[in-house]
Amino acid sequence: MELKSKHLLGIESLEPSEIRLILQTADSFLEISTREIKKVPTLRGKTIINLFYEASTRTRSSFELAGRRLSADILNFSKQTSAVVKGETLRDTILTLEAMRPDAIIIRHGSSGSAYYLTTFCRSHVINAGDGLHEHPTQALLDAYTIKQEKKSFKDLKVVLCGDILHSRVARSNIHCLKKLGADLTLCGPPTLLPPAFGAFDVKIQHDFDKALEGADVIMMLRIQLERMQKSFFPSIREYSRLYGLTAERVARAAKGAVVMHPGPINRGLEIAPDVADSAQSLILRQVENGVAIRMAVLYLLLGGKDSENVG
Amino acid sequence: MDDKIKAKVMDNNKIRRSLHRMTTEIIERNRNLKNLAIVGIRTRGIYIGKRIAQLIKEFERVEVPVGVMDITLYRDDIGEIESQPEVQKTEIEFSINKKDVLLVDDVLFTGRTIRAAMDSLFDLGRPQTIQLLVLIDRGHRELPLRADYVGKFLPTSRRETVQVRLKEIDDTDEVLITEPADLKK
Repeated sequence: MELKSKHLLGIESLEPSEIRLILQTADSFLEISTREIKKVPTLRGKTIINLFYEASTRTRSSFELAGRRLSADILNFSKQTSAVVKGETLRDTILTLEAMRPDAIIIRHGSSGSAYYLTTFCRSHVINAGDGLHEHPTQALLDAYTIKQEKKSFKDLKVVLCGDILHSRVARSNIHCLKKLGADLTLCGPPTLLPPAFGAFDVKIQHDFDKALEGADVIMMLRIQLERMQKSFFPSIREYSRLYGLTAERVARAAKGAVVMHPGPINRGLEIAPDVADSAQSLILRQVENGVAIRMAVLYLLLGGKDSENVG
Repeated sequence: MDDKIKAKVMDNNKIRRSLHRMTTEIIERNRNLKNLAIVGIRTRGIYIGKRIAQLIKEFERVEVPVGVMDITLYRDDIGEIESQPEVQKTEIEFSINKKDVLLVDDVLFTGRTIRAAMDSLFDLGRPQTIQLLVLIDRGHRELPLRADYVGKFLPTSRRETVQVRLKEIDDTDEVLITEPADLKK
């Protein structure tokens, strides 16, 4: 079985069977990162460009390590190091990079739909590493993979996703992913950050965090993205923290054996209490570890096939 | 498209006898059996490897560890094959450093699988020696390789396929030569 598309733009366009294929493939790659020689020759001779228009440490380095562990060559561009500062358009930047014949372009960009835009004129495989408020597919995949390690089955698994849903591409990708895998998903957050329109995703909406947590098997917290908030979405950080911050008392409301997740970077003491972030129930660092395996799986499934020369 | 069975070249008894014989040869060649480690190549090499380990235990009372190797990531034809091969896990729970590693596969053909398996082994450590055991050597080598222990030499034509079936996954022990039906015109 293979992925249908040559690009990975989002979870929305993936079939549940494709999501399962990526998770299953990641299983084989997890072991490579525990070896003394953390490298296999699979993508030898392939060139991957990491193009990050927005700040990122974990996603960029995770993709970079994933590529390197598969023996691909990686080039890193950030907004500061590219000609964007000299006024070059995105299209011209991509066409310039494409002239160097890369096999894949991994892009993070502040505009929703930018990854899709690339596919309209690009020869390379395009992998979305986060586009505006739209999607961040590899994050949702690594989250699903981490849940699968702990909980075995998604069927009727009660997952609560809490925080700044409105500004979160991680939330959108996770909503698609968890719904496709059959989880029972509840979104939680203040009405300003979780408008009624999210009901269209066929999920439960709950503005009272304590109620949402009852019986939860998985608690996924989202970062408050202060940099994306041009206006005031809640009265004060202290109030937000009191109503929607995850504390040990709140975790106790969830089901026995509940796990805590966060895509990072975490605002300690804001959306998550430090003792919760460091507790045994917290999978935050495991998510980072799994991220490399998931990205290796995605790179292998997209670049390891026969058609990497095709235009399309 | 059904494959046509041309011949059954080994049955349950023949497979058992040849595994017995090869185990004796392994014991003869490896004076320090405690340093031996078996690595079975997916899929059927695993079961042959496990059977060999069991026989060594019966004959010499030595427990030989058995690991599982998936060579997909080391294939030299990635990007050329029509359908993308499914990657599975390599599970070698022991260190292969300074070990006498016995690679086990069902059929030795072009030798490319063994090349990939050896590259993979070197990425996992530095074995003292590597030996190769196969149930069937069907010829047509494309690389300068040979097996140390061979269950049966089987001259074949390239369009034939050798199918090893083992009880553990196929419910029966047998080796068949088959040929695609549509080529017989």
